[in-house]
Amino acid sequence: MLRHSLIARFVLGAFATFALPATAAENVTTFTLENGLEAVVIEDHRAPVVVHMLWYKAGSADEKPGVSGVAHFLEHLLFKATDNMEAGEFSATVEANGGSDNAFTSFDYTGYFQRVAADRLGLMMQMEADRMRNIKLTEEDIVTERDVILEERNQRTDSEPGNLFSEQRIAAQYMNHPYGIPIIGWRHEMEQLSREDALEFYETYYAPNAAILVVAGDVDPAEVEALAKEHYGPLKPTIGLPERVRPQEPPQLAERRLTYEDPRVAQPYVIRTYLAPERDSGDQETAAALTLLADVLGGSSATSVFGRELELANRKAVYTSAFYNGTNYDDAMFGVVIVPTPELSLEEAEAEMDAVIAQFIEDGVDAEQLARVKTQIRAAQIYANDNVGGLARRYGTALTSGLTVQDVQDWPDILQAVTEEDIIAAAKMVFARDNAVTGWFQKPSVEGEVTQ
Amino acid sequence: MIRFLMAFTAAAFFMQPASAIDIKEVTSPGGITAWLVEEPSIPFTALEIRFKGGASVDREGKRGAINLMTGTIEEGAGDLDATQFAAAREALAASYGFNVHDDALTISAQFLTENREEALALLRKALIEPRFDEAAIDRVRAQVLSGIRSSAQDPATIAQETFMLKAFGDHPYGSAVEGTIDSVTALTRDDIVTAYKDVLALDRIYVGAVGDITAAELGEVLDTLLGDLPETGAPLPQDIDVALDGGQTIVPFTTPQSVAVFGHEGLERDDPDFFAAFVMNQVLGAGGFGSRLMEEVREKRGLTYGVYSYLAPKDYAELMLGQVASSNDRIAQAIEVIRAEWAKLATEGVTEQELEDAKKYLTGAYPLRFDGNSTIANILAGMQMDDLPIDYADTRNDKVNAVTQEDVKRVAARLMQPDALHFVVVGQPDGIENSN
Repeated sequence: MLRHSLIARFVLGAFATFALPATAAENVTTFTLENGLEAVVIEDHRAPVVVHMLWYKAGSADEKPGVSGVAHFLEHLLFKATDNMEAGEFSATVEANGGSDNAFTSFDYTGYFQRVAADRLGLMMQMEADRMRNIKLTEEDIVTERDVILEERNQRTDSEPGNLFSEQRIAAQYMNHPYGIPIIGWRHEMEQLSREDALEFYETYYAPNAAILVVAGDVDPAEVEALAKEHYGPLKPTIGLPERVRPQEPPQLAERRLTYEDPRVAQPYVIRTYLAPERDSGDQETAAALTLLADVLGGSSATSVFGRELELANRKAVYTSAFYNGTNYDDAMFGVVIVPTPELSLEEAEAEMDAVIAQFIEDGVDAEQLARVKTQIRAAQIYANDNVGGLARRYGTALTSGLTVQDVQDWPDILQAVTEEDIIAAAKMVFARDNAVTGWFQKPSVEGEVTQ
Repeated sequence: MIRFLMAFTAAAFFMQPASAIDIKEVTSPGGITAWLVEEPSIPFTALEIRFKGGASVDREGKRGAINLMTGTIEEGAGDLDATQFAAAREALAASYGFNVHDDALTISAQFLTENREEALALLRKALIEPRFDEAAIDRVRAQVLSGIRSSAQDPATIAQETFMLKAFGDHPYGSAVEGTIDSVTALTRDDIVTAYKDVLALDRIYVGAVGDITAAELGEVLDTLLGDLPETGAPLPQDIDVALDGGQTIVPFTTPQSVAVFGHEGLERDDPDFFAAFVMNQVLGAGGFGSRLMEEVREKRGLTYGVYSYLAPKDYAELMLGQVASSNDRIAQAIEVIRAEWAKLATEGVTEQELEDAKKYLTGAYPLRFDGNSTIANILAGMQMDDLPIDYADTRNDKVNAVTQEDVKRVAARLMQPDALHFVVVGQPDGIENSN
């Protein structure tokens, strides 16, 4: 289509002189306390607000076998009493200061944050430092809060067939690595979680030498450092902190396929994930190529390869996507998904998607499309400055996933340097069916009826 | 996550910027008004455009037309088909989010200073020259139908839709903006074009802009971007009374956890006691850990992961609403606790300490609300839709601080109606029966 490429070239032309503002790196400073606490400070002086985040380099993948969910359970318990505060006092104090707080647990990290007026930073640090080392748990806390996490599992997993399916698929993907165990935990193990289980995890990992402090907002880095020294400085590190070495995956010798059936399925689909390398410190090129592969293959539904071939041209799908998130401590996943139109069976949909992938590897990358994707990545750096909390989260995730501040700052340039050939090489490397789990998500097939 | 994140829509207009912020009213040479905050530190602008009425302007028998139109408006415009339009937008690294809800059709745009003119020219194409190609309509229709089928299997959505149907019946508020499988399947291209003309008109437009743009520049932008829209659209909906009694409605659904949506009639946004009600709800269940509902249902009894309540003053009706989810064998207990809290608040009001804590939180949180160009652009459009004065930010905390224990007691006695409180429960709840 001549007109199409002319328009693209015209618009792309506008970007030859694309100007970037002062890079984010200039607003970011770091320091490390003597007890091992690493800190990142991101300045944004537009509003008198600060986001105070404390990240622990410990998530569900650091749990011992048999106590799945304990990292997340402990996250809940950190809102109970300490030697110096009543249960609930932490959040009540944040609220009394007009702030809000929450926490989150993932495979590789557990994080706590407050968003509050910038002049209350010291108080937040004082309370966060207190609960790093001084929690005081009663048996009653354990019993009630265990009910709460079971209701949380009810709400977020058991009431969502798509999430139950995802739990099964990921368990099939990671046969040996703890990423195969759900973050919230398997129900039968959650029901047995004890005070001792929680305290063992706490005493090992809740320590300054396993933590990352991220402070973002209307703050002066020197003042942040002084406050951090005052509040976090006196905390004793954990001696003999375990090295983060998790069991790794053996070679996959047989293709893994599963079919999840549930009467609540309204929209059947096919999803396949491949084991894929993650971003490694000083070595992010492969992950960058995979990131762009996901964008080019299945990013925008109007212009990606999947979108054009499966949604627009042939109307095979109502939705398609390719996804990859390389910010992981260990091996990540690259995924593709097709939600077919009602006329297509899952078998046909899978075949259509595979044919498009094969054709893409043969045809190579559309240069104009790649240029557009890179333009958007560049612009995303500008838009990202509008959300300092998001930037804080980006650093926290990276630093708890084995990356450094330098790696975070190098990442945009590494993405820009990816070539068409790099993307095809990444595709050839990652699309190995031997390394994949293919899942079908559908309603139970009716007895005596031929499955389409 | 320790706390369930709630999707509040009703409370959004309380997110006001601090008084330190300088809001200007800009009127374009062509007579279109917008509120602006200049913020040149990051080289982009966030623009929020809203058309009052939203999906509630759907014509009779055409439920879902405005939603399908909103989903298709960016799928081809002027000389560009859907792919060409998306490619052009991506090359500019601009974003245009088109959404529609009960009371407004919203457009949230972000564009770089670098190529502002091109980005706005492209957005103008979508607003003024949408193509609504049959192929694009059919493609988006398939996505909408897929979404409707999924919603029919989601307990929380079923609970919300059942509640709204019971409360509002045939009024547009009584049904989902997406429409039904039948209504959406029957929509024609003409219906979509009609929906477009019905909603996108200058007599119902509100604009907020924040970022790297001056008042003079914005004035020109308004005329170029919006000046060619028609002056008037379709008539706006009528007010509707809430038609709900107390009791409960059970919707059987196979799931381990029941979801309950509960509520009754609420309070108008401009009611003299609205601030008292707002402070009261902060104590009752606005989401904080200290709220009575969280304390009683979750913290003391472990019956739920999340429970909350909120005031929902919509444009044509008012509700006081809440939501909770508990295992099938414990939802009855959760409901009992919530009913007891409702009655207690109605008769006793709140304590002096609760009132002080709520005020401290609300007034302290207020200046923290403006944290980004897009957020503030949203706030500016919302304030105008709610007919608030441009200096509202300067007086808002005073209004919160002026609320007394007596005020709360008075409004609680009027607003909280334990006998009218209706629960819609979706699941297989033990020990609760349909009340009618």
